[in-house]
Order: sequence, then C-alpha cells, then structure tokens
Amino acid sequence: MSKLKQLEAFREEIEQCVKCGACRAHCPVFAAEKYEGRVARGKVALAQSLLAGEVDLEEKVLEDMSQCLLCGSCKAQCPNKVPTDEIVAAVRRRIAEQKGLSSFGKGIAAVLGRPKLMNALAKTGGAFSALLFKKLPKDSGLRLRFPAPYLEADRTLPPITARPFRERVPEVIPGQAGQPTVAFFTGCGINYMYPAVGEAFLQALKFLGVTVVIPKDQACCGLPAVSAGAAGTVEKLAAQNLAALTRHKVDYVVTACASCNAGIGKVYGDLGEEYRQLGAKTRDIFVFLVEQGLPGKLAALPKAARRTRVTYHDPCHLRTQGITKEPRAILKALPQVEFVEMAAAGTCCGLGGTYSVYHYETSKQIGAKKAASIAESGAELVATDCPGCIMQLQDSINHAGGGQRAVHILELLAEALPE
Amino acid sequence: MLTLAIVKKLETIVGAKNVYTGKSDLILYSYDATQQKFLPEVVVRPASTAEIARVMQLANAEMIPVFPRGAGSGFTGGSLPTKGGIVLTTERMDRILEIDEENLIATVEPGVVTEQFQLAVEKVGLFYPPDPASLKFSTLGGNVAECAGGPRCVKYGVTKDYILGLEVVTPTGDVITTGGPTMKGVVGYDLTKLMCGSEGTLGIITKIVIKLLPLPEAKKTMLVLFDSIDGAAQAVSAIIRGKIIPTTLEFMDGRTIDCVRQATGLQVPESARAVLIIEVDGDREFLDKQAEKIAGIIRPLGVVETRIAETPAESEALWQIRRSVSASLRKVNPDKFNEDICVPRSKVPEMIRKIDAIAERHGIPIVNFGHAGDGNIHVNIMIDKKVPGELEKAEQAIEEVFKGALELGGTMSGEHGVGIAKAPYIPLEITPQAAAYMKTIKRALDPNNILNPGKIFLED
Ligand SMILES: Cc1cc2nc3c(=O)[nH]c(=O)nc-3n(C[C@H](O)[C@H](O)[C@H](O)COP(=O)(O)OP(=O)(O)OC[C@H]3O[C@@H](n4cnc5c(N)ncnc54)[C@H](O)[C@@H]3O)c2cc1C
Ligand code: SF4
Ligand code: SF4
Repeated sequence: MSKLKQLEAFREEIEQCVKCGACRAHCPVFAAEKYEGRVARGKVALAQSLLAGEVDLEEKVLEDMSQCLLCGSCKAQCPNKVPTDEIVAAVRRRIAEQKGLSSFGKGIAAVLGRPKLMNALAKTGGAFSALLFKKLPKDSGLRLRFPAPYLEADRTLPPITARPFRERVPEVIPGQAGQPTVAFFTGCGINYMYPAVGEAFLQALKFLGVTVVIPKDQACCGLPAVSAGAAGTVEKLAAQNLAALTRHKVDYVVTACASCNAGIGKVYGDLGEEYRQLGAKTRDIFVFLVEQGLPGKLAALPKAARRTRVTYHDPCHLRTQGITKEPRAILKALPQVEFVEMAAAGTCCGLGGTYSVYHYETSKQIGAKKAASIAESGAELVATDCPGCIMQLQDSINHAGGGQRAVHILELLAEALPE
Repeated sequence: MLTLAIVKKLETIVGAKNVYTGKSDLILYSYDATQQKFLPEVVVRPASTAEIARVMQLANAEMIPVFPRGAGSGFTGGSLPTKGGIVLTTERMDRILEIDEENLIATVEPGVVTEQFQLAVEKVGLFYPPDPASLKFSTLGGNVAECAGGPRCVKYGVTKDYILGLEVVTPTGDVITTGGPTMKGVVGYDLTKLMCGSEGTLGIITKIVIKLLPLPEAKKTMLVLFDSIDGAAQAVSAIIRGKIIPTTLEFMDGRTIDCVRQATGLQVPESARAVLIIEVDGDREFLDKQAEKIAGIIRPLGVVETRIAETPAESEALWQIRRSVSASLRKVNPDKFNEDICVPRSKVPEMIRKIDAIAERHGIPIVNFGHAGDGNIHVNIMIDKKVPGELEKAEQAIEEVFKGALELGGTMSGEHGVGIAKAPYIPLEITPQAAAYMKTIKRALDPNNILNPGKIFLED
C-alpha cells in the first residue's frame, strides 16, 4: 500500500467542512459548470459519503472527482481550510487502486516513470504539432502522454525540443566563491518543451555568481501522476528525485515551475523525514532571487527606452503557498518592463495537469476568462512562473485571437541581464 | 410517490441531462449551511420560467413536494428537501438580463450570484447595497426569499428595500408578475413585499427587478476599541443621535476579540473589551469631516484606541479583522450554533449582558458579534457536540436567548429566516392569530402544500 495518505486519514479534515458554500465563489470548475458535483463542497460531501459507505465508486462519482484541477483555490479561501485538493487526490488513488488506472493514467505512469523513454521520444520529434502527435506510432510514449483521442486538433502545443535541456548542459556549472550552491530541478516542461527557460535560469544565476548543479538523473516531479491517482509512480519518481538531488551537497533546490515546486516541496512530505528535509530546502526561483537581493541589482541597470507592457498570471501552486509578491517584485524591477496587474490574476488558467486533457472543453472555458483578463489589461505579454501555465495561457490566447504572448519571467530577466 | 413515469415527464420538461436521480447526485443536493441532510428523490435544473411553471403543474398533479434552492448557503435549512420530492435549483438561471442606467434599474434571473451583480453595476457607476456576508456565493433569488441583510443595512436597508418587482411561478404553476420597473406603484396588494422573506413557500422567484443607487464616490473605515461593551453601545446611539448614519457599524464583544487575537495574533490592548468598525461613505471631501465628527462624539465613551484607514488597503486590513471572526471561533470549540437575533439598537448592551448570564448559567461559551447599527447580534453558542450533555445545554441556551431578545422587543431572526431550524420557536414570537393569518395565505396559494412544505411553521 502506498505511503501517501489514504482517504481514511482525511476523515477529520472532511468533517471540518461546514457546508457553508464559500468555495462556490473560488472554484474555477464550478464557475464553468455551475453544478454542485463540481465544487469543493460537493466533492467533500461525496468523499464523506464514500467513507460512510453511502455511495460506491460509481460512474457519476468518478466523473465528479475527475472534475478538479487540484488548484487548491478552495482550500486557500475556505474558512476551515478543508484540503479538498488533497482529498480529491486521495479519492483518485483509491479509484486507481480499485478500478485500475484509466488508460490515460496508465500512459502517464508508463512515460513519466521512464526518463530515458522521454528523452528518446523528444529526440525523434523535432517540432511536433498537435496533428503530428496523432501520427505518432501507437506505442509512442508521447502519444500516451498526450493520447490522441484526448488531444484536440485545435490545441496549441509547444514544439518538443530535439535536444532536451539537461543534455545540453554540464552537470555542474561553477559560480563564484562565497556564493551558494543550488540544485536546479528542471522538471519536464523546461527539459522537453521550454529549454530557453532553462538557459535563462542559468544566466540569472551566473549573474549572481551562484554555483548550479543540474543532476542528470532527476525525473518528473510526479504531479501528473498525483493527478491521475498513480500512487506507485509518484513514489518511484520521488525516490529517484531524492537520490538525484541529494547526491551533490547543495544549499537549495531551486525550481522554475510552480508544479514542480509543489511536487518536491510539498507532496513528497508524506513520504518521510528525508523528503521533508528536501522540501525545506526547496525554493521557487523568484523567492530565491529576491532572497539573493536581485531586485536591488536590477534597479542599477539602465532603464530601457521602450518598455513592454507585461502582466502576471499567478500559478495556483505558488499562489496557494502565498508566493505572489516575489515574481512580481522581479517583473517590476526589470528595466524593459512596464508592469500592469490584470483582473483575476490569481484564478487558475484551467490546465490542472491531466485535467485539461480529460476535460478540454471546460478547460478552454476556464482559459477563455483568463484570455479576456489578459486582453483587458492591455498587456503585450503575460509572464508567469510555470511552463504548464505558459502552454495553457498561449492556447487560450490563440483561441481568443488575442495576439499576446505567454512567457516565463526568466526569459524576460535573461533579456535584461548583460550577456 | 415519484415514479419512473414522472421522471420521464420531468426529463421532457427540462431535458434529460438536467434531471438527476443517481444516489451521488441526490447527496449533492441534500445539504445546506445548517449541515443537516435530507435526500431528495430527484434534482431538476431548469433554465427558464416556462420550465419551472411546467414542473410545478406536474408536481401539483402528482402531489410531489418541490424545494426551491439557490446556492444552498442558508443557515436555517430553507432549501432542504425534508420530505424527499423534487429539489429545483436555479443554478442555471444566472443571467443579468438588463442594467438600465437611465432609470437606475436592473433585471436579473434568480441564480445570479450577489457579488457578481454588484460588480456588474459598479462597473457602470451604480450601486446595489445589500451585502450579506455570503454575497460571494449566495444567489439573488435566495437573498430575496430570505430577505438577506448585511453590514450596510444600517444606512441602506435590506434586500426588500431594493426589490421593485418580481416574476413568480405560483405553487400551482401559474406565472405572475408583481410590482414593476417604477419607483412608485400602489395598485393592488404589495405581493412583492410578501414574497420577500417568504422562504420559498409562496412561489418560485424567476425574475427580479432591482432598484439601484449611484455608487458613492469613496468610503472611510475606522476601527475603535472600547473598554466596555456599554461604551461601544453608547457610541452607536451617540453617533446616530448626532445625525450621522454610517454605512456600517459592526461590533465585536470581548470574547470575540480574544478569539481573533488568539487565532491571528492581532495586536490589541488587553483593556479593549469591545470593538466597533465604523464606515462612512459619500463624497470624498465630506468623509474626513464625518470621521472627525464621529471621533469627537465617541471620545468620552471609554475609547482605548482609534485606528483610521487612510488607504483602501488599510481599510481592507481592518475589515479582515472582522472577517476572521468566524473561523477563529473554532478555537473555542468545534461546533457552533449561530443565531441572529435582533433587538432595538439601544438594547444591545442589555442583551449582551443577558447572553453573558445565560452562558455562565449553562457553563458554555457564547461569543457575540454583529451589526450594532441595527441591533442585529450574531450569537454564537460554542460547544463540542461529542461531549455528552452539551447539545442539550446549547438548545436550552438558544431558547433563553430567543426569549431574552423578545422581552426586549426584539426578534429571533434578523437575517437568516426560520426554515426548519427556528420553526419550533415560532410560537414564542408570533401570536396564534397572526400565525393563523399567515397559514391562511399559504393554504390559499398552495392548496396541495406542494411548495417547500414544513418550512417556517411546524406542520400540524
Ligand atoms: C458564511 C455565511 C454567511 C452568511 N451571512 C449572511 C448575512 O450576512 N446576512 C444574511 O441575511 N444571510 C447570511 N447568510 C445566510 C444565507 O447566505 C442567506 O440566507 C442567502 O440569502 C441564501 O441564499 P442562497 O442562494 O444560498 O439560498 P438557499 O440557501 O439555496 O435557499 C434559501 C431559501 O430561499 C429559497 N429560495 C432560493 N431560491 C429561490 C427562488 N428563486 N424562489 C423562491 N425561493 C427561493 C429556498 O427554498 C430557501 O428557503 C450567510 C450564510 C453563510 C453560509
Ligand atoms: S470546503 Fe470549506 S468553503 Fe467549501 S463548504 Fe466546506 S467549509 Fe465551506
Ligand atoms: S482544487 Fe480547484 S478545481 Fe478542485 S475543488 Fe478546489 S477550487 Fe475546485
């Protein structure tokens, strides 16, 4: 049995729900679907009924439980801090245990658990479009990761890089004496889809003289597997990452992806003390950069003549940890950026890991609201701190015909720094 | 009895995908904020007035009870399907149909969430004042049915003061309109007011015509700490005697301050035994003067400290203290009975003293906060249900609190209505003659007792 918390262990948290309905105001899925099964209160009520034996894992319960982005917005706003996201994840593990993984969940488990396969796939790919995805051989793992029946033709996906980021760089990049040493946890998004973000990361840390270690044998953080209920895969990936990230002596583990940050920083916590220590060392890149005094150093750079209007999207996995100021602090300090706040910057973009693949139509509806906020802000770029969000934001903007571009803040930072 | 044939008929009315009979779906519409649970036999999610009318006709023909539901945020069980039957939710009827800037009127469907409506009218410089604490999720239909109120009621009144007209499906399935888009109107009985606060027992509200105000230019928030609840209460009277009606006059008693202090680390001197949050709104230049005048009036009344917000962010921080109350109470005890009595403004300190005595007599903590400006006290009886005997003590305390409020010329509920939670206590407040009058209305309009039966009155 998995060490991740079982549904039974959430009994007390479930009882904390007073059915007030406050979460109706904060759940993006509910906002799109307006049905009690989609909101945190409903999911908690179903979990409660599962525990009481009033319902089984019947089709409708599976459907409602699949309708959660695990964004944590409900928990952040709940007067009693009921962790609906964790409760839903526990139900999904139960579903996987009793009913087996869904075909999609199997694909996730098969590919994410095997980095070598992912590398090989990336190499054969070059620039993949959604259509090309569909032409992949049946047994291709990428096809499992984005299985064709779930993959809409009108979805914008980033090209898969021919050479994964971690293969392009040495394992250790020495910095200046007296500066900290950090391990860079790249995550899949940066490694396979957005290597430029990885390059920008290195450039920023070089500017500060920080020594960077990029363990070659790190794996996916495991959040997609959490979302699919694949408990075994989560544990396997966690163990592999623990080994990779503790092989070198480092002061911090730094992420540039909100999901990875939540993955290795929080989710692993249930698995034991060494994992909690790893979590304690884990920093989001912008938290790290602010701690290192980067905003002050940026202020010394000459202001650009023409400044680009940029707005910021809060990735759920940072917002719900209270990390909202640091990314903005860096953005605002950039000499070529004019920062504008958009309405509802803190609502989920609609990706939700595997959610958007299962429920693309709802995901698009949630994304459409985001695209409208971005347009209304008058920004040319929307910057964020999570490759997954970038992918979803760009897709939503393209559907809305907006013309803005979604970027990682690190890319803007790299642009501003001297070579 | 709900048969398959009836479900099929419901499906032809609202569409098969808006009719639910699965166990899990029934569970999802079995509760509200009272945390009680009653399973319906079927849930329907209509999209139009015509569909609701047809559902009611069918229900009457087949003698099946119908329970209207908005967001299910009610505190008295008004939407609970206590007799099985049909839960009819307005979730899908959530369109703002018109905002008429020329006449300062809006028309909405009942499922519109209150805050969404407020934001929409504020965008065009208009103002919808009613602001129940549940405004982010409760529906306007539910607000009208409960006649919801909030902190701004001191100055602006409650939901019914903004409802000009309604479209209603009657319990027998006819469609009527009441009132209309004029500021005046005296033709016939005022059915609009009758519907406000009728808790879904006299008709299903399908459209709401709402009166709007111009949006005040600015507001100013101040937090005042007093050394006693009497000081705070005298301050309320003094402000109003001084011919100032603030937008809000919220108070918290000493026990509430202790809870918030514990839960949030709020920095408040030990000597503070009551807090008022006072907000004024209007033209910007006039606010500073008003705030100064208020500070002057209340200074001699045992003020320990006054904090005035200079920016919207500071104002928000002061309100955050008030909003953290509810969650912080859980530190006292896990289970909470939240009653919302209302007494004449000047009787607030006397009522608080009565409540303190009740708390002492039963040995259970009671925490009070609420809207001092209109005498509406949220009495929170904090117990641990798991401890034997506590529940009985709480029930006794509740009855004594109600009686105490009535002795002072007050009422058992200022906001949350009766539903099933307060139905047993109705005879304390309403005379048999008045109750009979009300029941005659109900019988006349709903001869088969189909619509939300068993709410407000215990059934004979
Ligand atoms: C945290 C919290 C804070 C609250 N704060 C306040 C407050 O400050 N002030 C206040 O007044 N209340 C407050 N409430 C109580 C509650 O939010 C209000 O009573 C609200 O008006 C209920 O709206 P709803 O949409 O949730 O209705 P529901 O709970 O679904 O229903 C309430 C009643 O209205 C009836 N109803 C609903 N829709 C219709 C319709 N279209 N036609 C006819 N009948 C209908 C139902 O049958 C039921 O009797 C609070 C509740 C919570 C949980
Ligand atoms: S999850 Fe939290 S916000 Fe939602 S109903 Fe339960 S207690 Fe209220
Ligand atoms: S985690 Fe997000 S999607 Fe899931 S119930 Fe909570 S708010 Fe809704």
